Amino acid sequence: MATTTAAEPTRRDFIHIATAAAGGVGLAALAWPLIDQMNPSASVLALSSIEFDLSPVQAGQQVTVMWRGKPVFVRRRTPKEIAESRAVPVSSLPDQLARNANLPDSAQATDQDRTIKPEWLILVGICTHLGCIPLDHQGDFGGYLCPCHGSQYDTAGRIRRGPAPENLYVPPYAFLSPTRIKIG
Amino acid sequence: MAGHSTYVPKTRFARWLDERLPILRLANDTMMTFPTPRNLNFWYSFGGILTFMLGMQIVTGIVLAMHYVPAANMAFDSVENIMRDVNYGWLLRYMHSNGASFFFLAVYIHIFRGLYYGSYKAPREVLWILGVIIYVLMIATAFLGYVLPWGQMSFWAATVITNLFSSIDQILPHAGTAVTQWLWGGFAVGDPTLNRFFSLHYLLPFIIAGVVVLHIWALHVPGNNNPLGIDVRGPQDTVPFHPYYTVKDASYLCLFVILYAIVVFYLPNSLVEPDNYVPANPLVTPPEIVPEWYLLPFYAMLRSIPQKLIGVIVLFGALVTLLFVPWLDTSGVRSMRFRPLAKQFFWALVVDCVLLGYLGAHRPDAVFPGTAIPMLPFARLGTAYYFAYFWIILPLLGLIETPRPLPATIATSVTGHGVEQVNAPAE
Repeated sequence: MATTTAAEPTRRDFIHIATAAAGGVGLAALAWPLIDQMNPSASVLALSSIEFDLSPVQAGQQVTVMWRGKPVFVRRRTPKEIAESRAVPVSSLPDQLARNANLPDSAQATDQDRTIKPEWLILVGICTHLGCIPLDHQGDFGGYLCPCHGSQYDTAGRIRRGPAPENLYVPPYAFLSPTRIKIG
Repeated sequence: MAGHSTYVPKTRFARWLDERLPILRLANDTMMTFPTPRNLNFWYSFGGILTFMLGMQIVTGIVLAMHYVPAANMAFDSVENIMRDVNYGWLLRYMHSNGASFFFLAVYIHIFRGLYYGSYKAPREVLWILGVIIYVLMIATAFLGYVLPWGQMSFWAATVITNLFSSIDQILPHAGTAVTQWLWGGFAVGDPTLNRFFSLHYLLPFIIAGVVVLHIWALHVPGNNNPLGIDVRGPQDTVPFHPYYTVKDASYLCLFVILYAIVVFYLPNSLVEPDNYVPANPLVTPPEIVPEWYLLPFYAMLRSIPQKLIGVIVLFGALVTLLFVPWLDTSGVRSMRFRPLAKQFFWALVVDCVLLGYLGAHRPDAVFPGTAIPMLPFARLGTAYYFAYFWIILPLLGLIETPRPLPATIATSVTGHGVEQVNAPAE
């Protein structure tokens, strides 16, 4: 082709642009399926819920149930544990948000906002640091101690010391009757 | 030293092939006649040992994949089947699992060798960076492989490491959770996670092999560094790679393999956590989660930081730091043989890494046995020294240290004749 300085697009320009555009769009269109195939599938996402009978759980006891592949702690707190938790001012907590799926995101981490009924503490049993399962009734605050990296939670599952950034999450749950809850 | 080829085809077939695909010429130039400094010592034999270990891991791994089932409900049993029923399965698996440990043992010696003799300095920066990339790929591969037996340690290692990415939540809310769920393919580590980890564990060694080719290519352009750290001046400073270093590398490889065999046959479980012979249980975290020994120093760094995001940044920062070493070391002298101050800080770094490894194996609230001295301050001090060595000490030493005089040439240093000396630094 003769050398030309015309500003008019040539047929060669057209082929360059068309090829690059088709390649770019094709690459982007192919990239998303390749990335998204790793995300949880619809069958995993389908919101599963479980029901749990509270009546066998005694005060001071904790039962672990499986929900969405994760452990959920169902803990019946003693009056002493509730009182200890209520005595802590929210301003002294590392994470001052309730992290309660049943309340707005801005709810404060008071003991009241961590439970629906004060006696029953329902938590996702996964340390907010790196996902280990904390040990119950251990640590300096009588709540939970994570064996992996030493995070300590109080009797409302709130982070008090250690590397975990957030309080243990409270999953969505509701009381179906005084002794029966539905998680999820 | 990538001079022109001296290859002369000896047979008609070799001549015929050379005109079509000069593969024999390539082999001859890189593995036979390649001029190599005549003073390379024991510590230079680990490149060959590492190549051998990579081959060993790929061969045993491909065979194990013929018997392994990457499904959460069958993975553990299939590994037990390999151990009990598959002919020589126990041997292949022990060679593979302990092979990873010896691969890392060799790579650590190789890395510290490079740090001591200044092998990362100009003109070998790209060679060094490719090595760091290989090391990071090795860590990823080893982690993925550790998950496959689906024991308790496998499961919880996968949980902890994938959760490192959830720390992104502290910068971009919900982004970290999205990334971790994307990695898991669910709301927790499970079947989809195991399947993809197996796929990637099979893939990465071949990527490593590809980067190793680049690493060796980048080595063959400037040629080997050597214990004196001075440039090769001419043919009197070198010997052909074969037979001199093929024999030397092969004999040290034999010693290394004897050590490897002792562990495979007599101490096959000495380096693994017994908890990994308990099938994975998503409801119970083992009382103590520790990674394999070769990752303990990084684990100690992670645990010494009380803030999640910063801990993760420090962990990855320790690796990323290595990429910058060629520019952080300001000294014109390569080998620490001639750097009296740097040498002391180097050995302190070696001790520091061993200490961090020891601390990484213990709970963060632990005390030294028989004392009331807590370990945590030492882990923090050790972490600080690691970073200080690279970001403060190396840059400053180049400015204040007076190196000892360098020998004029490799040949004079080796033969001891005519020890004429030039003043350093004369880069």
